[in-house]
Amino acid sequence: MPPIVLRITQPFFDIGRFTMLMSSAFMSLREMGTYWQNFQIQLVRIGIDSIPIVALAAAFSGAVTTVQTAYQLVSPLIPPRIIGAVVVPSLTMELGAVVTGFILSGRVGARIAAELGTMRVTEQIDALEAMGLNSIGYLIVPRVLAGIVMLPVLYVAACLVGIVGGIVAAELTGVVSTGEFIQGAREHWNFFGPYFGLIKAFVFGFLITAVSCYIGYYTKGGADGVGRSTTRAAVMSCVLILVADLILAILLL
Amino acid sequence: MIQVQNIYKSFSGRTVLRDVSLDIQEGSTQAIIGQSGSGKSVLMKHLIGLLRPDQGRVLVDDVDIGTIDYQQLRKVRRQFGVLFQGGALFDSMDAFENIAFPLRTFTTKTDEEVRHEVQKCLDLVRLSNIGTKKTDELSGGMRKRVALARAIALRPRYIIYDEPTSGLDPETSNTINDLIKGLAHQLEITSIVVTHDMHSVLQIADRVAFIHNTRMHWNGTVDELHESSDQILRAFVKANEYIIAPRYSSNNQESSEVTQ
Repeated sequence: MPPIVLRITQPFFDIGRFTMLMSSAFMSLREMGTYWQNFQIQLVRIGIDSIPIVALAAAFSGAVTTVQTAYQLVSPLIPPRIIGAVVVPSLTMELGAVVTGFILSGRVGARIAAELGTMRVTEQIDALEAMGLNSIGYLIVPRVLAGIVMLPVLYVAACLVGIVGGIVAAELTGVVSTGEFIQGAREHWNFFGPYFGLIKAFVFGFLITAVSCYIGYYTKGGADGVGRSTTRAAVMSCVLILVADLILAILLL
Repeated sequence: MIQVQNIYKSFSGRTVLRDVSLDIQEGSTQAIIGQSGSGKSVLMKHLIGLLRPDQGRVLVDDVDIGTIDYQQLRKVRRQFGVLFQGGALFDSMDAFENIAFPLRTFTTKTDEEVRHEVQKCLDLVRLSNIGTKKTDELSGGMRKRVALARAIALRPRYIIYDEPTSGLDPETSNTINDLIKGLAHQLEITSIVVTHDMHSVLQIADRVAFIHNTRMHWNGTVDELHESSDQILRAFVKANEYIIAPRYSSNNQESSEVTQ
């Protein structure tokens, strides 16, 4: 087939193969007992180990959003407590999930692709299959499930830390007191915000881990192939987060 | 018994195997030889269903592994142990865990029984005190022996060696050859050795299959190999002779030392 045709058909090929991989992963769920220990390891690697960097990013996002919101609300007609009413929904509806998603694209997506890619090129995946083990069930199911479970948990942590970051920034810069910030947030509190954010986190968790697993699992070539897979996984995860963010906003708002 | 019947395999329009047939007898050691890139490893992957032929059949104990579903294929694969070219040790585990992995995954043995089994496997491959070593701390020869210990952990009926001596010095190669021969005898295992190392072939094989230009060019016993007048086969064997001559003589000496 000519190279140009291959380039055009490649995305369709990838979508088809990704769908087949995910259906195989879904079918492997019944063997979850065999992969339980691996699932627990992935919960720690994807979730617990990501808490420090997610908390750091969330704290700064909350702080920056607070300072910038205060800068924009300069009118004496707008009470300062509105800052809390703007920052908290921003975090719960958008920043908490998206920042967590971007951090995990780099940290977890790249790691998964590198790990599975190396296993592929060093024949470790073939060794699992040759033993009679279901490599998709053993390698992919625990990672995707851990992503789906831990992204919402990290999202909640990111929102809490982001709000604290916002309050600290508000206090340090003197734009609004802690009491007013909380009062503003409570007055305009809407449960749809965290509900929407949790759905996003769930979807991002699936996209980051599933796409990175797919790219890593089908890595070709040696060290160069692993390098390409790692970069592709991080970039693809970020792009898919942006696209999914827009689609969810259109569908749910 | 494994039967390969008239298989064809192509990748992206390039034919790698063309009308290849081979019968591997129970309890024998079958070598599959050929130049690098001749399709030996591709044929090896067909034997355990890692690749499916475009045409033809692979029968393991009269079961066509190209037509069975994935769950049945996994059961067939559990009768095999495979030593991959680079060892394919799981680098997230240490040497002990690598060998224990199939035992923990496929058996209900207790920790103590697993430890005992791992030790037995290590004894069979003549390794000791390496259990807690990380895989990247092992030398090339040790990696192959740990991988071999993992391959025999479930006492398979068939064991496949993919280039077992590649990248090893002559002395370590002789040790590996000696192990392959010893395991075939001790465990009464059917061995399939994919290699281009004629030194190994002459030392361990009962039968030899020669793949040339994507086809099964020659198939026979080691004695028939010595007597064959096939020009292409002789050219392949002759190309190895300068390696075989000095190593074969030193091997006899080393084998006797190992036995002692």
